[in-house]
Amino acid sequence: MSTSAAEPEQLTKKALTADHPTWCPGCGDFAVLASFYKVLEKLQFPHEKICTIAGIGCSSRFPYFVNSHGLHFIHGRALPLASGISLSRPDLNVFAFGGDGDGYSIGGNHLEHTARKNVNLTYVIMDNFVYGLTKKQTSPTSPIGYKSKTDPTGAIDQPINPMRKLVASGATFVARSHATQVKHMMAVMERAILHPGFSVVEILSECVIFYKGAFDGANPRKEGAFDLIEERAWDDTPEDEGRHDVTDLSAALALCEEEWPGRFGVYYQNDRPSKNQLEQKWIDDSRAKVKDASAQDLIAARFAQMK
Amino acid sequence: MKAAEISNQKSSEATPPGAQDLQDAVIRFAGNSQDGIQTIGGLLARLAGRSAREVMTYMTIPSTISGGPSIFQVHLGSGEVLSPGDEADFLFAFYQHSYDDHIGSLKDGGVCLYDSDHVEPDLSNSRVRFVGVPITTTTIEALGGGAKDRGKNMFVLGLVTAVFCLDREKLAGIIDRQFGRKGEDVVRNAMLAFDAGFAYPIGDTLGELYNLRVGEDSGKERITTDGNTALVYGLLAGGVRYGAGYPITPWSTIMETLRSELPKYGGLFVQAEDELGAVSTALGFAYAGHVAVTGSSGPGISLKMEALGYASMAELPLVVVNVQRGGPSTGLPTSVEQSDLMQAIYGSHGDSPRIVLAPKNVEDCFYIAREACRIAMEFSVPVIILTDQALATRIEAFEEPDVAAMVVDPELDLTPRSEDFRPYPMDRQTRHAPPGTPMKSGKYPVVTGLEHDEWGHPSGNPEQHQKMVAKRREKVKAFGATIPAPNVFGDEEGGDVLLVGWGSTWGPIREATIRGRDAGQSLSCLHIRHLNPLPEALGEIFSKFKHVVVPEMNDAGLYGQGQLATLLRSRYCNPAIASVCKTDGLGFQVREILAGIERLTSAGAE
Repeated sequence: MSTSAAEPEQLTKKALTADHPTWCPGCGDFAVLASFYKVLEKLQFPHEKICTIAGIGCSSRFPYFVNSHGLHFIHGRALPLASGISLSRPDLNVFAFGGDGDGYSIGGNHLEHTARKNVNLTYVIMDNFVYGLTKKQTSPTSPIGYKSKTDPTGAIDQPINPMRKLVASGATFVARSHATQVKHMMAVMERAILHPGFSVVEILSECVIFYKGAFDGANPRKEGAFDLIEERAWDDTPEDEGRHDVTDLSAALALCEEEWPGRFGVYYQNDRPSKNQLEQKWIDDSRAKVKDASAQDLIAARFAQMK
Repeated sequence: MKAAEISNQKSSEATPPGAQDLQDAVIRFAGNSQDGIQTIGGLLARLAGRSAREVMTYMTIPSTISGGPSIFQVHLGSGEVLSPGDEADFLFAFYQHSYDDHIGSLKDGGVCLYDSDHVEPDLSNSRVRFVGVPITTTTIEALGGGAKDRGKNMFVLGLVTAVFCLDREKLAGIIDRQFGRKGEDVVRNAMLAFDAGFAYPIGDTLGELYNLRVGEDSGKERITTDGNTALVYGLLAGGVRYGAGYPITPWSTIMETLRSELPKYGGLFVQAEDELGAVSTALGFAYAGHVAVTGSSGPGISLKMEALGYASMAELPLVVVNVQRGGPSTGLPTSVEQSDLMQAIYGSHGDSPRIVLAPKNVEDCFYIAREACRIAMEFSVPVIILTDQALATRIEAFEEPDVAAMVVDPELDLTPRSEDFRPYPMDRQTRHAPPGTPMKSGKYPVVTGLEHDEWGHPSGNPEQHQKMVAKRREKVKAFGATIPAPNVFGDEEGGDVLLVGWGSTWGPIREATIRGRDAGQSLSCLHIRHLNPLPEALGEIFSKFKHVVVPEMNDAGLYGQGQLATLLRSRYCNPAIASVCKTDGLGFQVREILAGIERLTSAGAE
């Protein structure tokens, strides 16, 4: 391989690999990490422009395992922090990672609003239906009856429906995948990353210690059904009529109501302008209005009005 | 109201013969918030700014939306104006309730000018003089007989202009600029009401007019504004281009102004979904390499605390504004208090050192905000600015800052970092490398809230933790060594009593010092702008005084001392330090400070 300085180095999995993950052997998150490396290898963003953000939780250790600019933040607040990066640095590729507790429980409000505002970044949720880092408490996605240290006789609170929550939030790209299905994960992650706006991928990622077998129902190797969403091809064939139109909100919401394990793939996508675009337009208009004046001139002009 | 000692020298204002010269006057307007009495005060303050007069205003606004009783007090003078005034020389009472609630605020011999359409004063009160003017009906007549009584404020401004022989032409110009944007009709009506007030034969009923002296013209341009606005322009001058916040009184006007101003500078302010989102987004801006700001008032600052601890741990720069109000909890949203000092310094779990500054007046809001930006970036640390409700809305006139020297153009530093770059080096100051920075070593840093080693890797090593705690502490101490010693106003060599203040009590403390010294007391004062860390020279200064008295707008607590006094006593082990505390939600009156000194010094003599 050439080491010429003029030729930018290829971004390889090796270059992207950092600390060895502290996850338990068999954890679904390993596959998510491997898929992320592979997608980045394919997309070849400049190494220094990749930015990996997470809150708190097992899966939120992600930034330590990716050799990129990264930030490990406080519990539940990865999204507003990632928003600050995205909104002020259009040159960067911003990724946020987390689990069901971080995203749907303590960070639930931020998820709603980041989605509503359509901030340009990609959010990957590794949903394992349990609090793993704190060792087996009920999570917002734990099904009724799940026995945990906080529900020794079985969970009694109705879990949230993550896909319904995501589709209803106003996110402009919503997909679902499974940590045992690497090719599928890579395909939806790549589409999510290339989507301009807030893209979110919910990945069922098994906790082999505290909720073993949670997602076997969607794992063909465990006799489960990994049913894919067939998207409309717009090919004027009669069978196309029955396929899923990803821009159809009602159809997407209907998919969210299907019985467990439901289907995988892209539930919803639209091209609503991102907050980044809308704010930039306001900035551009404002700069034009003041004729690109310097900060010094702007402040001097304002002081003149205070005289 | 002090009679002027020398006659007026160079006023362009037409003074009728026989007008009594005044050096200063405290004028209180009492009405309802929807009467626009703030507008009268604002216009008078601006006139003062343009007439080399000193001015300080004080207002109360109800925290309800639909309005209610409200006052605006203006202290105008040709000398140093240090407080909004303990008592008023003139009271303009719009309603009976205004009269009933505020007649007691008039000085002996003061003038109560009331709207005779609404107010029936107790004329047997011989302590003050009464002058009735049919403000409502005269305004309605002047404006062509509409049913509404809007415009009363402009009529009263006309009266004030006549009573104090103010410059009508200058005021007309200011009114024109203030209302010009709202359209010609608005300006015309405002001027009709104003001129009706100005032409009203007030001299006949009042008996005399006053000539409010114009100050010495320094030849320098002055600007007139409130504390929150001054703070915004300090932030902009300091290089802030990004910020995030959530609405709360009395911080909201800062975020509103930043939201509309920043796009002109190529920047952006985000209204977040909550306080936690606001501080997190601001930290995202900081991590991205910008000078970033967030802010709130007490309740919101409480919510931001976890993320502020993160900023200390991760060593990210951030400017945080706390416009203090009465607490705890929702407390008194529109009252003033200084009870968030301990929260600012210690208010996060763990040892999370940060820097705390407090502006002393409206002018200082500009300079301290600018300084906060510099410190945050230089030391990669959160800096809290403790301003308060009184400073937020108070209007003052001050010398225009030297814009050419003050304004910083922020630059994003994405130069490649050398092979030996470590995000948290033990042997030098942490310098954040924002994303987008190429790393020559090929190793990219993780910024983290877990205890970490030099590379940002999580580390629970006991020795490592101890070293990192010290690293974060030592850089704040290193900043402390750069703080200049505060000046002693009064007896620099020492004396009986040293008043020590922080924040918006600067004015009344200084005025109390002047008054005490005029009365022959050995009284001095010192003001602390840097509250954490404290300036190093304080201990030696304190040792020169028999009593160190700390007036604070917070509670004396379980152990009898206010928040700053507690810190100073713990830092200097000096029993001469004692508090004068108050928690009535109002600023200090000069006489309260003097009475506090009297109480403490006589107690010590027992």
